[in-house]
Amino acid sequence: MIALTDSLAAAVARHLGAAMGDHPRVEALSRLTAGAANETWSFDVIGMLPSGEEQRFGCILRRSPGIGDEGKSDTNLGKAGEAQVQRAARDAGVAAAEVLFILDAEDDLGDGYVMARLEGETLPRRILRDAEYAELRTHLARDCGRTLAQLHSVDPARLPTLTTLGAAEQIERYGEIYRAFGQPVPVFDLALRWLADHRQDPRRLTLVHGDFRNGNLMVGPEGIRAVMDWELAHLGDPMEDLGWLCVTSWRFGEIDHPVGGFGQREDLFAGYEAAGGGNVNPEAVRYWEVFGTLKWGIMCMIMTHSHLSGATRSVEKAAIGRRVSETELDLLNLLT
Amino acid sequence: MATDRPTVPELVQAVREFLETEVQPGLQGSVAFHTRVAVNVLKIVERELADGPALAAEEQARLVALLGHDGDLDTLAHELIEAIRAGRMDVATPGLKEHLRSTVMAKLAIDNPRYESYRRALHDSDA
Repeated sequence: MIALTDSLAAAVARHLGAAMGDHPRVEALSRLTAGAANETWSFDVIGMLPSGEEQRFGCILRRSPGIGDEGKSDTNLGKAGEAQVQRAARDAGVAAAEVLFILDAEDDLGDGYVMARLEGETLPRRILRDAEYAELRTHLARDCGRTLAQLHSVDPARLPTLTTLGAAEQIERYGEIYRAFGQPVPVFDLALRWLADHRQDPRRLTLVHGDFRNGNLMVGPEGIRAVMDWELAHLGDPMEDLGWLCVTSWRFGEIDHPVGGFGQREDLFAGYEAAGGGNVNPEAVRYWEVFGTLKWGIMCMIMTHSHLSGATRSVEKAAIGRRVSETELDLLNLLT
Repeated sequence: MATDRPTVPELVQAVREFLETEVQPGLQGSVAFHTRVAVNVLKIVERELADGPALAAEEQARLVALLGHDGDLDTLAHELIEAIRAGRMDVATPGLKEHLRSTVMAKLAIDNPRYESYRRALHDSDA
């Protein structure tokens, strides 16, 4: 960890240069998330202002050190691409942390980027239950609608090259993954068939966040402070983001509030339309909610099989396979 | 062997109780989290040891009725997904959704009886 501290201090000095003074120090380095292919670290940069006054600046490092393939996503965006998307979204008005710099080969720290550290709540159960957020919960669904409208309005010319993932490609991909496990989940076959039969052609192609849900939102009592985890960003049907936000798994027990466990669909749609996102097609949102529920179920299978294959042995990954049945019940409730 | 004590369920219960009462209280951070996961895993094992065989027998009997012939559970389950994949069965097939709902409810009784959608479905079927 001392080595990482030193390398980070050198990277900060190279990229941020004069802004942080001549010899910026790195302190309070701590690992926030554990994962073989994705690491998130928090640290402070202490720099010297020209006045001789010290200033402390909170930072977050996200990187993939280049080991394991667990984090390989559909999008293969890479951490640099993720940072570029986050930057473009922030420039378009989406609440997101400021990207300070993207790591390069000379930093020798892997694929990653450093962003400003923001303060706020990210734990879904606190957002849904703490008294501090009672007022927030009355308008958070509408706020999500506004944020998604901004996110979907990002000019594609300002984005890195993104994979286009429509419904057809995603059904094909997740269907193949599921069938390759050789483990019969008849509800998944029923859902795959339903999704193929009811496919809705997108009205337009936009930037899609890909994981916009309760759990990836940092909030304060006043509203959304940052949309996090941009690694699944792609081009696709904007309704995908609205549907994923409504998947029952992301309601954390508050199932009568379809939007993230905190709000109603009408408020989400109204916020989206009022912010210039265009008319919401409720049928398409529902379609993507079905797809999202299936996708989460198959993701649970992927994680469990990563344990079973020996790729990443973990009691958590072993246990998550038993959450597949949750998505089966939710799918049966949705398929009519 | 069948009557040897402690039985398998009793052994699993002993380990789970040890983790809950003696290990968990002193833990913090990711080890605390993973120990909570481990306790939940043992609860799944306890429920499956108690109810799994009866629930599997019920599923097999439903599949025999749905598919119209006898067979072991695994073979019948694969036959069902083949019928769905080939389009011979879909959401409109009489009895299919009822069978799947019963099967999923049985799985959740073991996997996570606290899941809110499950609790709601149980409550609705009682009403």
